Amino acid sequence: MVQRLDYLKESPSQTAGPYVHIGTNPNWVEITGVWRDDLGLVLAGPETKGERVILEGRVLDGAGNPVRDALIEIWQADADGLHNAPAETRGAADPAFAGWGRQPVSEADGTFRFETIRPGRVPWPDGRLQAPHVTVWIVARGINLGLHTRLYFGDEQQANAADPLLNRIPEPARRATLVAPRTSRDGLPVFTFDIRLQGEAETVFLDM
Amino acid sequence: MSGSYFQRDRDWHPPALTPSYKTSILRSPRQALLSLPTSHSEETGPVFGHDILGPLDNDLIRNFAKDGAEAIGQRIVVYGRVLDEAGRPVRGALLEVWQANAGGRYRHKKESYLAALDPNFGGCGRAITDEEGRYSFRTVKPGAYPWPNGVNDWRPAHIHFSVFGHAFAQRLITQMYFEGDPMIWQCPIVRTIPDAAAIEQLVAALDRHATIPMDSLAYKFDIVLRGRRSTMFENRMEGN
Ligand SMILES: [Fe+3]
Repeated sequence: MVQRLDYLKESPSQTAGPYVHIGTNPNWVEITGVWRDDLGLVLAGPETKGERVILEGRVLDGAGNPVRDALIEIWQADADGLHNAPAETRGAADPAFAGWGRQPVSEADGTFRFETIRPGRVPWPDGRLQAPHVTVWIVARGINLGLHTRLYFGDEQQANAADPLLNRIPEPARRATLVAPRTSRDGLPVFTFDIRLQGEAETVFLDM
Repeated sequence: MSGSYFQRDRDWHPPALTPSYKTSILRSPRQALLSLPTSHSEETGPVFGHDILGPLDNDLIRNFAKDGAEAIGQRIVVYGRVLDEAGRPVRGALLEVWQANAGGRYRHKKESYLAALDPNFGGCGRAITDEEGRYSFRTVKPGAYPWPNGVNDWRPAHIHFSVFGHAFAQRLITQMYFEGDPMIWQCPIVRTIPDAAAIEQLVAALDRHATIPMDSLAYKFDIVLRGRRSTMFENRMEGN
């Protein structure tokens, strides 16, 4: 026998189920008066530094149908590449930017939409700068463990081509699943990010 | 720099594809996940201050009730600690909970179970852990309910938990079950977890010492989030 290591095991995940919004967005499902505002609806205000961008898309299942009960969270750096978090030790992030957003997808067509800013660049563990990106987490009924992925910006070709994460994806064709193409609407850049849970063009999900 | 996080033990978690839980069939990725070291983007995460909480946020018996009324059902206290895999308390962790009422009915527009709604029960609550990682809720014990999967599948009584640690890599949603409930072991969602010891980690213990006499039973439910590497051979023991 040897000495025992006293690490604990992470609590195992269980699906968020169909009623996750009761706990995360009660006002959105008409449970009002418990707390005033659902968390995560607003990322950026008028004081926030940086270029305004819209991120939108859908979550699609293996049959190509929109998942209408998904909940999406995003987490990203501010315009200078700093996170608004106690674990951020590289400097003080923009206090006018939360960096975290959360939206239930629309019941009608399964779309989500975040109004945010384009993030600055954040270093990879070896110090190289990553391309600007937004961390994305998806939960829904039928998803047993929340899925992590990343959104990269379609107009950052040069930075994307040198990004350490994108370059780790063995099949170059699959890198495109993380890059949101740019269009524009009402003078604002719109980046469209469809998340495919399964099938042809399945999104690259991360184990980190 | 907070250090990288322990690799997630994906054999302890449910796999993505679990055919007995039918909805997972079309919602499970089939390609290998891309393995990566964590970077700042995942080692940081949103942290919430106690200032977001109202006085009744962790009291589901009263936080939706009208005019001094209370929710119907067996009154319980659910308490515990949030720890990381290294056994350290996670301070300032936001917990969000949701559950069915005592009859097994959720307050949700898509809910169709015939059990009655309780006009004084909303079913949501939240709390933030203290310096030792402790939290507590007061609520009613949720009822079991049938759900469309097999022709006659039932969920055991459970409370859903969403947990924020200090890093986006720690983000977790899970469910709490109740000690002694025989329905735990027949549930297709519980059984997405392959290891019985992992399932037992989600079963809260009845704690007679923490009951409130003539008022509420108590259940203890500790939650463990991913741990991070210590920087043992650096001069400054950051984050320890
Ligand atoms: Fe449930």
